[in-house]
Amino acid sequence: MNMPAGISTPDYRAMPLEALDVSDPRMFQYDYWQELFARLRDECPVHYQPDSPAGPFWSVTRYEDIVAIERDTETFSSEPSISIIDPEPDMILRMFIAMDPPEHDDQRRAVHHVVAPRNLQEFETLIRERTVEVLDSLPENEPFDWVKLVSRDLTTKMLATLFDFPWEERNKLTEWSDMFTSDVRITAGEGSTREVIIEHITACLQRFTELWHERKGDGKEAFDLIRMLQADPNTANMVDDPLTYMGNIMLLIVGGNDTTRNSMSGGVVFLNQFPDEMAKVRQNPELIPSMVSEIIRYQTPLPHMRRTTTRDVELNGQKIAKGEKVVLWFVSGNYDDAVIERPNDFWIDRPSVRNHLSFGAGIHRCMGNRLAEMQLRILWEEALQRFETIEVVGEPKRTCNLFIRGFTELPVKVTRFQS
Amino acid sequence: MTVITFIQHDGSERMVDGDVGLSLMETALKHDVPGIDADCGGGAICGTCHCFVEVSGDIPAPDSQETAMLGLRPDRADNSRLACQIMVSDGMADITVRLPEFQM
Repeated sequence: MNMPAGISTPDYRAMPLEALDVSDPRMFQYDYWQELFARLRDECPVHYQPDSPAGPFWSVTRYEDIVAIERDTETFSSEPSISIIDPEPDMILRMFIAMDPPEHDDQRRAVHHVVAPRNLQEFETLIRERTVEVLDSLPENEPFDWVKLVSRDLTTKMLATLFDFPWEERNKLTEWSDMFTSDVRITAGEGSTREVIIEHITACLQRFTELWHERKGDGKEAFDLIRMLQADPNTANMVDDPLTYMGNIMLLIVGGNDTTRNSMSGGVVFLNQFPDEMAKVRQNPELIPSMVSEIIRYQTPLPHMRRTTTRDVELNGQKIAKGEKVVLWFVSGNYDDAVIERPNDFWIDRPSVRNHLSFGAGIHRCMGNRLAEMQLRILWEEALQRFETIEVVGEPKRTCNLFIRGFTELPVKVTRFQS
Repeated sequence: MTVITFIQHDGSERMVDGDVGLSLMETALKHDVPGIDADCGGGAICGTCHCFVEVSGDIPAPDSQETAMLGLRPDRADNSRLACQIMVSDGMADITVRLPEFQM
């Protein structure tokens, strides 16, 4: 990894535990996070950091501890926020990912149907057509940016389809998604200020409010997320509560965006790093679904979720006081060799391949998991059929963000099979 | 011996002998009965082994974790259970396990 002047990999093994900075988004940008979490898992699996741009917080890094917390939603609340940063006190968006039962359950069930496998079968043909279109339009034998031409484009089109969002405006969805997760406190100062983010939230809410009113009562069948909210008694009047409506829209936009997008890029990188696995999947295309799960583990596109304690609690010998932030590092749990065999290997047919933490665990487990897996499966089915080679031809650029592990640029060259 | 009958959403049936100590989820996987994904491997934390259970005798009621996971299912019924949480025990009555249209 080439790093700019002034940035170097911290010597995580040599530093005192209390000096470890678990809030540094550069560890994902320059891909040097592995040693930090390995040391925490070994020596301090429940770690306190008293000072960070996001304030004081605890880090939980072992797989089993993360699962134990996910099971105990009474002690470890998802309110008021599931990100390491706190929401603005005057603009607390309400979204079910950041709610506890029973309200969480009602709102989640209202939109669950849209990503249920029954609906996915209907979407599959459409997704495949769009994937084929994108892959067939890629240049041959010259480098192009896979992030821009494949990952971003495909996930944007999928989101626009799910919302039935005006097609010509669809890039707004991805711009908003990037904006919502770019707070300066989790982007080493490179992201957006509060004012700019609020401006975008306002624009997004305004557009979605218009769409709500255009669709309300037009008698069409509820196949998109907006109409589904309108059709369910629990959420039929959600537009009257803008902070809740906006919260849920934001959740669905972000949830269906960075995650799949970055796994689409990650897969290319991993198959280039592990050519034996590429050979394996080319010989055994029936391994694609298993490979998709392994890509999702290996990428862990959302590296953390945060909980807040509702009482004093002891975890692995550490006393955590009521009201403190507890950050669950999924990216660390997914590389914990106490549970995941040979975690540093990208191993497309590993045993229990679906048993990873990238979707979280328990009642907040990713609602769109089957949709994400389907999008990735179709991408790889179609890509492996057309391209004889898919080669990373330059250094990937990674996202500088504590909440998102991903890629901003990935130079790739492909060659097609001669038919 | 407890006989377990798995009925798929399309109505097709499969009867297998239960092994004491295995869960219904593990029993299905052991006999390659489709319709159960079991992503998390048995921790009641993924909800992808949802099923509808019919049994004449008593089986232990779901605990709070299982109940919480079942609460998310849009197709939840009174006899909804997670197959990973029901262990085949000595002398257990025969049991019918209906599988839902999909897991998620």
